[in-house]
Amino acid sequence: MTDAPPPFIAVEQLTFQYPEGDFYLHVPELYIDGGSKAAVIGPSGSGKTTLINLLAGIVPAGSGQVRVHGTSLDQLGDAERRRFRIANIGFVFQDFALLDYLTVFDNVLHPYRINRALRLTPQARDHAAHLAAMMGLADKLKRHVHHLSQGEKQRAAICRALVTRPPLLLADEPTGNLDPANKSHILQLLFQYVDETGATLVAVTHDHGLLGHFDRVVDFQAFDRRQRA
Amino acid sequence: MHSLYVAWQYLRFHKAKTVVLAAALTLITFLPLAVHILVRASEVQMLDRSRATPLVLGQKGSALDLVMNTLYFASKPPETIVMREADRIDQTGFAYAIPVYNRYTARGFPIVGTTLDYLSFRGLEVAAGRMLAVLGECVLGAAVADRLGLAPGDALISTPENPFDLAGVYPLKMQVAGVLKASHTPDDRAVFVDIKTAWVIEGLGHGHEDVATARDPQVVLREVDGKLVASAKIVQYTEITPENMDSFHFHGDTAQFPLTSVIAVPHDDKSATLLMGRYLPETSPFQLIRPLGVVQALLQNVFKIQRVLNIIFAVVSVAMLLTIVLIIALSLRLRQPEIETMYKLGCSRLKMAELVAAELGVIVVVSLALTAGLTGLALRWQTALMQQFLS
Repeated sequence: MTDAPPPFIAVEQLTFQYPEGDFYLHVPELYIDGGSKAAVIGPSGSGKTTLINLLAGIVPAGSGQVRVHGTSLDQLGDAERRRFRIANIGFVFQDFALLDYLTVFDNVLHPYRINRALRLTPQARDHAAHLAAMMGLADKLKRHVHHLSQGEKQRAAICRALVTRPPLLLADEPTGNLDPANKSHILQLLFQYVDETGATLVAVTHDHGLLGHFDRVVDFQAFDRRQRA
Repeated sequence: MHSLYVAWQYLRFHKAKTVVLAAALTLITFLPLAVHILVRASEVQMLDRSRATPLVLGQKGSALDLVMNTLYFASKPPETIVMREADRIDQTGFAYAIPVYNRYTARGFPIVGTTLDYLSFRGLEVAAGRMLAVLGECVLGAAVADRLGLAPGDALISTPENPFDLAGVYPLKMQVAGVLKASHTPDDRAVFVDIKTAWVIEGLGHGHEDVATARDPQVVLREVDGKLVASAKIVQYTEITPENMDSFHFHGDTAQFPLTSVIAVPHDDKSATLLMGRYLPETSPFQLIRPLGVVQALLQNVFKIQRVLNIIFAVVSVAMLLTIVLIIALSLRLRQPEIETMYKLGCSRLKMAELVAAELGVIVVVSLALTAGLTGLALRWQTALMQQFLS
């Protein structure tokens, strides 16, 4: 009999509050296994995006533990969390967050150009072009993003998230701005990446119709988000 | 390199903003430089010219107008003196006199009536053709020939002072005898004619068909004491040719004919002082001035204006720089979502500062390149620019 592998994401007694405002988040326990697809649901303002930011090390926890891929983020400083983010996390945003002044290909390669830790090698370029082709963007690589449809923009954003081959994919409402056909397509692309690489996906969503596709659903209504006194 | 690449893409995409910022920075740097260059060029040109022109005699009045008209062929003509004053200077034995009559123009360029002494005094040499030889000829300054596309053998017509004056003199069609080598002085922008040709343009001398042999009987109005009186129907020549040259003549005493000034070239300092003594302001109806002093006084005023301009430029530059800083600050605020995205993607604050610095750096480099280019042009064309301003 062998021991079960430790969870890819382990959150214990996590509390967080912003310096200003009344928001307060308390997550007693949350474990997500590697290679799984987890959906995070909950009402607006419940802290779903904050959890994503905490898992990415963008904001530090107030107290408690946040361990991702064997690294305790609560023990790291700002620069170390940033390096962790570069090495481990791919981000997909609801509003795509593509840069309008760059072409599709440059947007996909952007992580390489803004992080000294990443080297933009010919192999990286080939990989980016391959990803774009897989996403159906091969003929749009030299276009600026304002020429793309919403679905194409999100596919370009996913290419950017996947280009560094991250083991953890964090998606904040990745289908929020898309029509039903594109929703399904985008989700399929994310799942395909997870299935092929064994990466972990944590996706915030409001769309309960999609929950059946995920391995795990994390409902934020179960967590304490009381107002500060 | 990546920062420069991203910065370049940003600036290329936001062309209007980039152009405005680069233009503003270029203006901030170039304008004071341009003023400095032009002032220095004017100082050098004006001092050189005034140093090379020892004394100028003219009618009492504005010394500055007299100098500007005589040395730079600029400003409206001063009150005239007469040819006799040039002869008087010659007769003193202290200096030789060069008469100057600068009143008329041809296609925008001043016609300077003088003698060959002027051309040799200024060291002007012919690049094509020959010097003035006969009445009705002109030699062109290099810039005039270049601008008007004229060469020896061509013709140039003087511009009438008032085209609506039916009683006025006819324009004179002058033959271009030669083109002078470029001297990079106001002489490049002048049309030189013999002083008598200038008087012909003035209408003091003229040529017409012989009244006695005129075929048209209406040309002779009447006969008085054996002399024929011509009517207005007589054909006046508007061009001096070898065939009609003998018919040209002057009415009156040429010693009384007008000049705008006389350049007096004394034999030595003592002669200059003695000559100045002949034209003391208290006793003489004329003024004999040293152009150098007049120009130096003028330049003092120019420098004062330049100092004021420098202060204005400094204030405007500070205001413009503050505006640019404000624009950049507002731009960064507008780009906050982009900055947050980059932070989430792992971009450090140092790298973000590097990206912004790269954008600014590219704008500064482009501005400096533009400033350098414009400064180069200003330096190259400073002489021509100054001559334009002076004329």
